[in-house]
Amino acid sequence: MDLTFTDSEQAFRDEVRTWLAENKPAEAFAPMDTPEGFEQHRGWERTLFDAGWSVPNWPVKYGGRECSLVEWLIFEEEYYLSGVPGRVNTNGITLLGPTLFEFGTEEQKDRFFPPMARGDEIWAQGWSEPNSGSDLASLKTTAVRDGDHYVLNGQKTWCSRGAWADWIFCIVRTDPDTERHAGLSYLLVPADAPGMERRPVGRLDGEPAFAELFFDDCRVDVANLLGGEGEGWPVAMATASSERGLNLRAPGRFLAAAERLADLYRDLGAGADGRGADPDLATEVADAYIKAQAYRWRTFQKASELMAGGTMGSEASYMKVWWSELDVELHATALRLLGASGELVGEWMSGYLFALSGPIYAGTNEIQRNIIAERVLGVPRK
Amino acid sequence: MNFTFTDDQLLFRDAVRDLFAGECPPEAVRAAWDSDDGRVAGLWAKMAAMGVVGLTAPEASGGMGMTELDLVLLLEESGFAASPEPLTAHTAVALPVLAEAAPDHPLLSAGAAGEATLAVALGHGDLVLGGAAADAIVVPHGDGLGLVPAENVAAAPAASVDESRRLAAVTWAPDAVTELTSDPAARQRAFDRGALAAAAECVGVAQRLLDYTVEYVTEREQFGKPVGVNQAVKHHLSNVGLALEFARPMVYRAAWGMAAGDTDPSPEVSMAKALASDAVDLACRNALQCHGAIGYTVEYDLQLWLKRGWALAASWGSAADHRRAVAAVLLG
Repeated sequence: MDLTFTDSEQAFRDEVRTWLAENKPAEAFAPMDTPEGFEQHRGWERTLFDAGWSVPNWPVKYGGRECSLVEWLIFEEEYYLSGVPGRVNTNGITLLGPTLFEFGTEEQKDRFFPPMARGDEIWAQGWSEPNSGSDLASLKTTAVRDGDHYVLNGQKTWCSRGAWADWIFCIVRTDPDTERHAGLSYLLVPADAPGMERRPVGRLDGEPAFAELFFDDCRVDVANLLGGEGEGWPVAMATASSERGLNLRAPGRFLAAAERLADLYRDLGAGADGRGADPDLATEVADAYIKAQAYRWRTFQKASELMAGGTMGSEASYMKVWWSELDVELHATALRLLGASGELVGEWMSGYLFALSGPIYAGTNEIQRNIIAERVLGVPRK
Repeated sequence: MNFTFTDDQLLFRDAVRDLFAGECPPEAVRAAWDSDDGRVAGLWAKMAAMGVVGLTAPEASGGMGMTELDLVLLLEESGFAASPEPLTAHTAVALPVLAEAAPDHPLLSAGAAGEATLAVALGHGDLVLGGAAADAIVVPHGDGLGLVPAENVAAAPAASVDESRRLAAVTWAPDAVTELTSDPAARQRAFDRGALAAAAECVGVAQRLLDYTVEYVTEREQFGKPVGVNQAVKHHLSNVGLALEFARPMVYRAAWGMAAGDTDPSPEVSMAKALASDAVDLACRNALQCHGAIGYTVEYDLQLWLKRGWALAASWGSAADHRRAVAAVLLG
């Protein structure tokens, strides 16, 4: 065990930090889930890509620099500490990306990775349906083969970033006579496919960040099938593992939030806001900070295991519960520190509203706790 | 960045696990409760023969010259077995204190060989674990640390809920103390070693409670099904697993910091003990709840780990103490 960073890892950190400091946009962008903000964030993806930072852990031929998993975690730490804009294409890069590497054909990889890395094609996830949330395998949207196309009928919902995304990765039922996991397929759907309509839905923060998708004889090329027809469930579970494990939510964002929380306490204590910091809340700040550190070290431990040939199994559910509940705790603690001014629209309230979605998306934390009990601890399912 | 143990470290851990499985089963722990000294007869000598007792002493003193990083894995096993042997006070704290401050002291080599037993008057308020039976006690002295031989100690036993934990209120004549160090940093380091060791033991105890309970809820049936199929039960167990999943790497991180000579390892030790204390507290609570009334009996072995868990969670600083320590460093 050696928990120091190597000289090359440290040099990597310095390079990331320097680039971010020199390239941080002078003005804050509009919110990502507005038409104006969406395009600003798309432009930022291009800026990152041109400097080789949009997908640093990917192969060079797709625009990456083949950095190690530890270096990618370092990148994430520096990224969130720097305060640069958020990533509008995380659904593509961190969710679909790893799945496409595992299940895509060479043609699909060559077709989809370069524009994903450049931000030319922003992705959204089309999984949930009005009657299929936690019970995803009950989904009913059908995709029936007709020559070189699938013909889609049905409805998707809670499609984050779906209002303006260029592509949507969907799970559909290619065999309408099946129920549950069998007969499902993983299909990549262009947002301009004829027969698809989308309707933005206001999220709790008021931004139209969700979308409903309506398919009415929507035709999609069969070349966009990821994995085999009727074999979509294991492909979907690979994406889910990325969503729960360290891909989507690496420790960087929570470490940065923990530092901002400590800053808030110190700033209030120094007279900012004219009220002082409530000393009774000091240990709550410390508790959230400790949990962020624990997530950091658990992740480096897991990264070392993965780099030594290990795999991420159902313990991804541990990660998901931990980071999502940590995020709520970080922001709830900040709001308690702010007292009556906590309700004001601002950084901590908007962060709190976003954090509250964490225990719900990517499989609710109740489902994750069932998975932990059944598949990690070995408690009987029923 | 490499967060893995070596094969040698893991093999040693496995060997110690096997030793405890063979020599420290629940009936041996029960026998320790009823014994004069609260110890498992013969176990300490076997641990010494494997090098566990003297692990942290220099090789020149007959020890293994190994570090906190090697030791935490063994302390987890000690907690997993509910071993009452004084691995924390003696091996984790007292031997390194002597090795740093008095490398030629005869108690260092005797302690490394398991022939003398050392206790520590830190981490438990006015009480000392094993204070009546120890050959000598490391005590606070001025801003630093001193050593008091047993013949200069007056010990008044204090009954613990865990009857293998022989606590004593200890007093000694100030002029009987041999100064080991006047350095307050050395005293803090001794406390950190104890807190880290207790954190590792907490993790082991919590893991055993979780394993016990998973086994129980799988076998025990009500309404024609294992009680574990109920979501409320599953979530009790998942919450314990979650607390352990993130306490354990923090303990390893803190151990590495001490072993690698971090300039100030205290914050990470406090983070580790806060998480480990919380994990074992939750493990105790949920293990008992999931067992139901059988867990509430003295006939059933669960009580051995419950009582050890309660004791360890609060010794060498509670979760609240350590969160306050982190807050003091972080927030001023």
